[in-house]
Amino acid sequence: MTFLRALATMLLMLVAVPPAQAADDAAIREAIAKFATARNFADTEAIVRELGASGDPRVEPALAALADGNLNFRKSDRQVFVTKESGQAATLFDPLTGETVGEAPKRDFTKIKVNNSLRRTIRAVVSGLTLAAPDSTVRLSAAINMFRAPDPANLEALDVAIARETEARVAAALEAARASSVLVSDQPDDRKLAAIALLGQRGDRETLSLLTAFSARAEGELKAAAEQAIDSINASLALWSAGQNVWYGLSLGSVLLLAAIGLAITFGVMGVINMAHGEMVMLGAYTTFLVQELIRVHQPALFDWSLAIALPLAFIVAGSVGLLIERGIIRFLYGRPLETLLATWGVSLILQQTVRTIFGPTNREVGNPSWMSGAVQLGELTVTWNRLWIVVFALAVFAVLLYAINRTSIGLRMRAVTQNRRMASAMGIRTPWVDAMTFALGSGIAGIAGVALSQIDNVSPNLGQGYIIDSFMVVVFGGVGNLWGTLVGAFTLGIVNKFLEPYAGAVLGKIVVLVIIILFIQKRPRGLFALKGRAVEA
Amino acid sequence: MTYHLKSSLAGLAALIAVSVSPLGAQAQEETIKVGILHSLSGTMAISETTLKDVMLMLIEQQNEKGGLLGKKLEAVVVDPASDWPLFAEKARELISVNKVAAVFGCWTSVSRKSVLPVFEELNGLLFYPVQYEGEESQRNVFYTGAAPNQQAIPAVDYLINEEGVERWVLAGTDYVYPRTTNKILEAYLQAKGVAPEDIMINYTPFGHSDWQTIVSDIKGFGSAGKKTAVVSTINGDANVPFYKELGNAGIKAEDIPVVAFSVGEEELAGLDTGPLVGHLAAWNYFQSVDTEINAEFIDSWKAFIKDDKRVTNDPMEAHVIGFNMWVKAVEKAGTTDPDAVIDAIIGVSVPNLSGGYSTMMPNHHITKPVLIGEIQADGQFETVWETPGLVVGDEWSDYLPDSKDLIADWRAPMSCGNFNVATGKCGGKGS
Repeated sequence: MTFLRALATMLLMLVAVPPAQAADDAAIREAIAKFATARNFADTEAIVRELGASGDPRVEPALAALADGNLNFRKSDRQVFVTKESGQAATLFDPLTGETVGEAPKRDFTKIKVNNSLRRTIRAVVSGLTLAAPDSTVRLSAAINMFRAPDPANLEALDVAIARETEARVAAALEAARASSVLVSDQPDDRKLAAIALLGQRGDRETLSLLTAFSARAEGELKAAAEQAIDSINASLALWSAGQNVWYGLSLGSVLLLAAIGLAITFGVMGVINMAHGEMVMLGAYTTFLVQELIRVHQPALFDWSLAIALPLAFIVAGSVGLLIERGIIRFLYGRPLETLLATWGVSLILQQTVRTIFGPTNREVGNPSWMSGAVQLGELTVTWNRLWIVVFALAVFAVLLYAINRTSIGLRMRAVTQNRRMASAMGIRTPWVDAMTFALGSGIAGIAGVALSQIDNVSPNLGQGYIIDSFMVVVFGGVGNLWGTLVGAFTLGIVNKFLEPYAGAVLGKIVVLVIIILFIQKRPRGLFALKGRAVEA
Repeated sequence: MTYHLKSSLAGLAALIAVSVSPLGAQAQEETIKVGILHSLSGTMAISETTLKDVMLMLIEQQNEKGGLLGKKLEAVVVDPASDWPLFAEKARELISVNKVAAVFGCWTSVSRKSVLPVFEELNGLLFYPVQYEGEESQRNVFYTGAAPNQQAIPAVDYLINEEGVERWVLAGTDYVYPRTTNKILEAYLQAKGVAPEDIMINYTPFGHSDWQTIVSDIKGFGSAGKKTAVVSTINGDANVPFYKELGNAGIKAEDIPVVAFSVGEEELAGLDTGPLVGHLAAWNYFQSVDTEINAEFIDSWKAFIKDDKRVTNDPMEAHVIGFNMWVKAVEKAGTTDPDAVIDAIIGVSVPNLSGGYSTMMPNHHITKPVLIGEIQADGQFETVWETPGLVVGDEWSDYLPDSKDLIADWRAPMSCGNFNVATGKCGGKGS
């Protein structure tokens, strides 16, 4: 059976490959072999163009490998291979057929160097070769690349491709690519006008870029049409940018919420000024790093689950450190805010230096699982996956915490102790134990915040310092002792910050937000959502 | 004294050694002391700890070769803890209490400015290994890092000539080095005929972590139909979230390249560089430089630090050059006396790690090649362009109106760090 199938495949291949191409084989191999003797980028570029001129789609894998830096030649005989590295060894593939040729030590090979302009050339050449590829996603990316790099020489190929295309989205991309190429060609004005009209409907940044470049060199009617299209694109982009600011604000707000939510418990509910809060976040991030290291070594397949595994561990690690701090230091300092502040600041320095001694002062690499990399494009709004998941995660943590405090018996005791310690004690609640648990909970939440923040920030001993001021700001602004206040406070500050940033710049924006908060606190010293009643006065 | 312990522990051990040295010194033979003034704790520890380690390695190697002037070298390590006033205090301690012959240290410009008066007053020697904004030349300081004309200007030239860039984003952290460098670059670009509306300047606070707005601004600025590039003087930790955001937002090096002056192998070590391939950095040294002397250096560094994954970077090379220059100058002068060394070191040439020789110039800056590298998927840089010869560090920029008439020459009879060629007088800025 397998024999028959192999035979059938071979027959198919014989039919599929026209004799002319087979004859070209030697010529292509010769051209590819020339990569080994290219002295500079210009030489390499000439060879790429020569391969592109052959019009044979089979050169595409070799060109793709060249762009990715995987095309090497053997030092001994200058033979060119596509390589895949693993450790000190490299697997060799034939540049034309893609067959595995063998394995060899990496140091026997020299990489064929590429730079940005060469990568651009390769991209253009490859898109010309793959315009007729059977896979529609390959055709689509070829069309998009041609759209970005307009060239009158592409027009003929594009006309052929458009006539043949069956899928609507690819056809649209091809039309756009043709329009962009028409703009740089010497086609008659009416075709250019049609192209401008077509492009004007797209309304994205890349089109804007093309039309701006065109209008700078166009004259008369064409210039007017292009400018009109530019204006309409700018108007729609302005709308999008408002939506974008809201999204960025929500995203920044969710980061603030995550950083502050643990503090909302230790500072907000318990009243402990905990300067070591940021270091709990850092411990959570380092736990993530350790989990990922172990997974990389032992179970690489589980990498996408690393964050899920790190979450409970980070909670336990940061929570137990919090418990130790409460039992060891803070319980002796209740009611003495100044001493608490100094003592916890000292603890934060000790934790930082300990981590620096164990893990070294340099950043540690925490990878993004595949589902947290890249972005999704909603119209003109780029939403990166990691930011989106952090918003979701922050809200989930908030909901769980709200439930724990309002609906569980431990939450009930926590609230009882904060509202009236002596009465709670009289009712038989072990108040020191509740204090320790509350502090551990707040620290543990900071730990899981660290898991999320490790995805967008550096994992270094200084990680926590960047968040401590912001966290206090959010809790004080939102209203001490109120979780809802922290939520609203975090998102308000995030959105205000992001609306200010485009106008005032990042530095001034931050200062303006601080000034606004200071003024606000003058007016409402207890924050947005102040607790009312006798407990506050006590 | 051995340094087998982990880096920070070694620093601690050295600190203890310093505090007991009056007892120990009498029992041992006489040594020449070398001060190491790098932060081992606080925000700058991330970059400076490595430089401390490299100095310890160089001193150990020199001692294996028989020391200097027949005496052993002894490292005196202090920790200024990323606290700028503490740098001045620790420098004073090194010179007047420990009586060190030379100090190797500082990273940020503000820490250098803080120790300058101390070195002037006590007549010490400082070797400063980091690229900086220029506009300074001091008798007691040797600048072994790059001046703006050894890094920023060639990088911009590369982008203009090779990539055809016409529109520029100058993004930096808000402090003296990016502000001065961007001022020089702005003047340079405008002199090259770039219109003011084609230059966007943006500053962010230290440790900025939310780059969404700025990355989208860059994208917007880049869609004006002209080839756009970003020149980044973003410092330290803020780079990681910046590059992560760039990668996630899909800004490819082929479309909008970013050339960075503060991102080296160490900074990339904490990053997945897959999406960043092709973004650029300008330095005077890359770990990937293919020379025998560099291979030797990398091997001995990895053996010294006992970690195969540690990387080497440009400021480390600057310390190698600076240390070798000091050794050569002391041998030439026959003494460690600062005045004699200051006279002897001018004109001293030592091999650099990229295969040539670096020379100490009369303005206390050195000659270096300039390399432009593209980030690779393995976290290393690949040199795509380099200056044909060595570039002499220019301390007073020719592109700033205030300093274009100034030169520095510490040889007698001029002996001046800011000589005004227009007025013919030493001292003062501007004509």
